Amino acid sequence: MSDRMLTMAEAIREAMSIAFDERPEVFLLGEDVGIYGGAFGVSGDMYHRYGAERVLDTPIAELGIVGAAVGAALSGMRPIVEIQFSDFTAQAMDQIANQAAKIHFMLGGALHVPMVLRTPQGSGTGAAAQHSQNLEPWFASVPGLKVVVPSNPADAKGLLLSSIDDPNPVIFLEHKLLYKIPGREPVPEGSERIPLGVSKVVREGKDLTIVATGIMVNKAWEVCEKLSTEGISITLIDPRTISPLDMQPVYESVDKTGRLLVVQEGPAQAGFINEVIAQMAGSASFGSLIAPIMRLAGMNIPIPYAPQLEKAAVPQIEDIEIAAREIVKNWR
Amino acid sequence: MSAHPLIMGHPTSSPEHARHALLYMWRIRKFEEAVEDLFGRGMMHGTMHLSIGQEASPTGMCMALTLQDQITSTHRGHGHCIAKGADLTRMIAELLGKEIGYCGGRGGSMHIADVETGNLGANGVVGGGIPIAAGAALASKMTKKGTVAVSFFGDGAMNEGAFHEAANLAAIWKLPLILFCENNKYGMSSSTEKAFAIDNLAERGKGYGIPAVNVDGNDVIDVYEQAEIAVKRAQAGEGPTLIIAETYRWKGHSRSDKNLYRTKEEIEEWRELDPIPKFTAKVIKSKLLSKEECGAIAQEATDAIIAAVNESVKAKPADPAGLLEAVFKKVSV
Repeated sequence: MSDRMLTMAEAIREAMSIAFDERPEVFLLGEDVGIYGGAFGVSGDMYHRYGAERVLDTPIAELGIVGAAVGAALSGMRPIVEIQFSDFTAQAMDQIANQAAKIHFMLGGALHVPMVLRTPQGSGTGAAAQHSQNLEPWFASVPGLKVVVPSNPADAKGLLLSSIDDPNPVIFLEHKLLYKIPGREPVPEGSERIPLGVSKVVREGKDLTIVATGIMVNKAWEVCEKLSTEGISITLIDPRTISPLDMQPVYESVDKTGRLLVVQEGPAQAGFINEVIAQMAGSASFGSLIAPIMRLAGMNIPIPYAPQLEKAAVPQIEDIEIAAREIVKNWR
Repeated sequence: MSAHPLIMGHPTSSPEHARHALLYMWRIRKFEEAVEDLFGRGMMHGTMHLSIGQEASPTGMCMALTLQDQITSTHRGHGHCIAKGADLTRMIAELLGKEIGYCGGRGGSMHIADVETGNLGANGVVGGGIPIAAGAALASKMTKKGTVAVSFFGDGAMNEGAFHEAANLAAIWKLPLILFCENNKYGMSSSTEKAFAIDNLAERGKGYGIPAVNVDGNDVIDVYEQAEIAVKRAQAGEGPTLIIAETYRWKGHSRSDKNLYRTKEEIEEWRELDPIPKFTAKVIKSKLLSKEECGAIAQEATDAIIAAVNESVKAKPADPAGLLEAVFKKVSV
């Protein structure tokens, strides 16, 4: 059993390096991924270890970069594209949503696009509205894309390796506040994969089920710890892959707890987490609920700049704590 | 009806080459006429974008390519598919929504791809195929495969960001890419005069550091000769070439087009420049083929299309049952 504590940036770099060593057809391309080491330092020293031919610095041209990755993927390569901020995927959306996502289906299954698009998302860096969004619903609403939202270094490593193996386009959304912090769990050595489409039960309790994504898993964990001292025990579920979504552990947990709180950083309006609510509402486990489903999500506003405004725009630990306590106390 | 074996080389280098060029131009022409007819008779669904009048461009370009060389195509892509060697029955069957169609009825006219002939697919988005072709060229360069990629697109696509970004990437990375613009003078109703502030689209090449050349897109020989130069440049590692093939679409943009943006006289002028009789006259004059042989080639194309239509009409309609499973490629364990 390994006890290595890595940051998420280190874990992702390790996964990419393993894939580079395993398969010659894997390469990385993106803006400043080479000698600069990536805007958030994720590719780090890979340029020096693998050379300019496999760690390709590109011009600032998101549509061209993703399109080139799609074409290379169609021609036997396995590109990993880094888009510097998820907000900039808007520039590349034709290649993501109209081309990569649809090629296998639309072209009759003869071609497929084994491409991973990695991109940092999320607020908390004071970068304001065009560098801070959570865009899960953009991607999760497009059939043909798999969407992964890792919440910790160990998961990020195993899920990224599976994403690179996958013959389909995978959007890998990395919260930038997680890059520099070590996870709670050590990151295993070796090349073990974590399959896509399997939700993780992070901890088990009997009073409440919380489903949270990305950085919200970490915030919810803090709440679980705190409330456990008050005698409230919580099951925390991290879907990890939001498309395809594995709801089974959520149903099983709600059957035991009878209460459901869902948490995401992105805006509530048409957010990904609503899919969890919709599937719960249509499931047999709906009858197990003894409380209304509670949703915590970002405000329906662009992410603001000033620190106090930015903080107010997305759920904080205190918000989750209040919501969790309320739902358990008010519904018995 | 399996794909006709492709023949590479100059269209007038032998009777076989002349025959191939003429046959493929006729195959495209007859295919498009059959599509128009099937639409007119209410047998075909959706819409259609016909390339009648433009047959020399894909034919000349593809005669400079091997089967392994790759292409990306456009919404007006039937000609590119055929010139690259696609199977006519599977094409017609796709347009008729049949199971044996190239996409199993899931893509239709605008999404035909054919792995066996290096065709990475037609595209419903103007300019969408250009970065993809650059990526195919990048893969070829990275793996030292020696193949080239050709992106066919229209004049309209040259004002898309996708063209700009892909052209620049191809130029800085010296990719084995050919940017083949079929300048048919209109992006739907917008003339090149309205949509460009330059008269000659080839001028765009200079801004990217890409050599550019104008060719008579209705002359299969001229197209081939410039295509061959571009292929050699690409293979030599010298990077992309921009080819502007001057041509014209006789038919409307799609079936809803009433041709309000151009005159009958203009269409007539271009019909006089029909690429097929032009090449036919040339090969008869140079005694590569006889008049009778040329007539027989046209008939052969007609017969092939009729056979493809007949087989397709009888084929099993595409089945909705497998749709959900078709979205993702299965992960092999």
